[in-house]
Amino acid sequence: MDFILSDEQKLFQESVESFVAREYDDDKRRTLSESEDGFSRAHWANFAELGWLSLGLDEAHGGLGGTALDSAVLMESLGRALVVEPYLTSVVMGGALIELAGNNAQKSVHLPALGTGDLLLAFAFAEPRARYDLATTATTAKKASDGYILNGHKSVVLHAATADKIIVSARTAGEVNERDGISLFLLERTAPGLTLQAYPTIDGGRAAEVKLAAAAGELLGEAGKAHAVIEAVIDRAIIALSAEAVGIMQTLIEMTRAYVDSRKQFGIPIGKFQVLQHQLVDMYMAHELSKALTYRAAAAIGTADAPARARAASAAKVQIGKAGRLIGQQAVQLHGGMGMTDELPLGQYFKRLTMIETLFGSTDHHRRRFASLAGA
Amino acid sequence: MDINLSAADAAFQNEARDFIEAALPGDIRAKAELGQRLEKDDYVRWHKILFDKGWVAPAWPEELGGTGWTPLQRHLFEEELARAEAPRLMPFGLSMVAPVIMAFGDAAQKKHFLPRILSCEDWWCQGYSEPGAGSDLASLTTKAVPDGDDYIVSGAKTWTTLAQFADMIFCLVRTSNEGKSQTGITFLLIDMHSPGITVRPIRTIDGGHEVNNIFFDDVRVPQANRIGEENKGWTYAKFLLGHERTGIAAIGRSKQELRRLKEVASAEASGAGTASLAEAGAFADKMADLEIDILALESLVLKIVADESAGRTPGAEASILKIRGTEIQQRLSELTLEAMGYYANPYIAEAQEAGWNGAPVGPEIAATVTPHYLNWRKASIYGGTNEIQKNIIAKMVLGL
Repeated sequence: MDFILSDEQKLFQESVESFVAREYDDDKRRTLSESEDGFSRAHWANFAELGWLSLGLDEAHGGLGGTALDSAVLMESLGRALVVEPYLTSVVMGGALIELAGNNAQKSVHLPALGTGDLLLAFAFAEPRARYDLATTATTAKKASDGYILNGHKSVVLHAATADKIIVSARTAGEVNERDGISLFLLERTAPGLTLQAYPTIDGGRAAEVKLAAAAGELLGEAGKAHAVIEAVIDRAIIALSAEAVGIMQTLIEMTRAYVDSRKQFGIPIGKFQVLQHQLVDMYMAHELSKALTYRAAAAIGTADAPARARAASAAKVQIGKAGRLIGQQAVQLHGGMGMTDELPLGQYFKRLTMIETLFGSTDHHRRRFASLAGA
Repeated sequence: MDINLSAADAAFQNEARDFIEAALPGDIRAKAELGQRLEKDDYVRWHKILFDKGWVAPAWPEELGGTGWTPLQRHLFEEELARAEAPRLMPFGLSMVAPVIMAFGDAAQKKHFLPRILSCEDWWCQGYSEPGAGSDLASLTTKAVPDGDDYIVSGAKTWTTLAQFADMIFCLVRTSNEGKSQTGITFLLIDMHSPGITVRPIRTIDGGHEVNNIFFDDVRVPQANRIGEENKGWTYAKFLLGHERTGIAAIGRSKQELRRLKEVASAEASGAGTASLAEAGAFADKMADLEIDILALESLVLKIVADESAGRTPGAEASILKIRGTEIQQRLSELTLEAMGYYANPYIAEAQEAGWNGAPVGPEIAATVTPHYLNWRKASIYGGTNEIQKNIIAKMVLGL
């Protein structure tokens, strides 16, 4: 056993780090966040060239066949610099949905397009009354002569307005909170009957309410059996998101460490005060533990069975949720009034961490889920 | 020991509640219910309504416009204001500079400033913190140099709350570099409309504009606006910090926020069967924990209020109220954010203002919960960080 990255993984890490060092700073990120798309399509093309978009995709479809661990390495580096491009939603989630649910024809069309950056995907799974329960699906899909007709409301769909296609979960059978009877559909973002109410999110990103009124969709995979796929995809997304959070936490700790060194009160750097030292130590420990657990989960998730995978993902999400709140809040506190200002990049990192805690299930949700799954 | 309200106090409580219920303008109430931003006019209108009723400064001596209420009645009144979600009465004039003017000001200062504070003719702000002087307030460097009948003030103040609305600022300025840093400080009242003053907004992480930087570029201030003696300002500032401390626990406000949280959580689906979030195990437990924290703090506040009635003024233990009060406020904002689920994430700046006509995203209150959460991170920083408050307790109470 070791926790050492392979040469290839290190290469990826260096490639991301040199890209973000060149292309990302606070001003550039703000400019992107304020632009219409909320990210840079030029960056996206660069990501494709660098092989990041095809990293996790199957080799049979033009991908590099990377593992969840490879994705975690990449996501951590993206988190370090707070990269705003929709890597998580389009590549990690969109790619996994096509790969796990799609038929061969769908895979061979969409996966290569994802890898070249020609296709952007969004995933519409949450609903207003579902909270974090993935089975609760009130959106319906009815079979029509050529395909399906969807009706319903999907909430807070990340990067929906810039996606070419939106993957929507909808019910083709069963009661509103049943696991069976949920199916996945590919919809053109511009499909008649699909309307978006788009808005910014607290982290400077983008999302939308997706309203479906007799919108036509193409079934992705097998009808009625999507719940297990959605769970698997969300679990993968959680591991990737956790890695991003680990990167964010590290940057916050570095910023805070530098601040308490430079800020002087009572004639000495405030970092000399023991109470502040201990707070920084708590942050450091929370980060180390989060990183170790996240990488362990990332390494295990490829071969784990469904319950083991679910436990690993929920454990990571709980750890990240608790550590992220501690580190985000303490980073602000140790910066004093400066921590409250929008002038520093600190606030952007804090807001992204705050949002991460709510994505794909809160700490409470995953604690409950972890407890409900039998341990090994 | 008797923990019940007397019949007279209970009647007082009802009278206060009925008056506030009838007098609070509906548009202000509507903003408060959705956590929307208040305008200057909202604060001023409410201040003047209470002024007209004679209830705007309960803690002042009766002959200057106070109500003559007991400390307990004042506490009950505060609680009723919070319960109705009435706009906060700005403390800078009424409960910060006014007691200083009463205790140390000269006759002319009292005659001029106090009635204008009472009627809200002047909006006050506080000039204490500086870019280099936060926790270490006494290291401040904004200087005032005598020049004829005036001082010439130059320097910068920061974190000045609502300075963009202010007519007057009370400032700590340096008039001497001799001896300990505390000894060369003077307390000045400065007209915010004076030439040479520039107010620049500080944008905060919630997207709001509440605090400011203020720059003083050779601002001429009459020496007649000095409180007490030159170089004795630290004494007056300390007096101010020791005044009216029970309000800092914001207990009435936290009780109201808890009621609001329960409403919000009852309307949210838990995602597990048909139970609401308020009934779901983990969230219900967390709300109960918080309610017990609030009860404990309220008990301590009532004890201190009762001590005040008996003529014992609270000392450094008021720092407990600041620490616990702000921890509770922050916890409330965390749980309200959690209650929103995914709908905590949309950030629609216009939806935080009254009169926005767009379609709400999620529950109507969702638009303000995350900005509030972010904004409340300030509470453990302002007014002496909670770390500094713990130092005060360690030193002054425990004698460490």
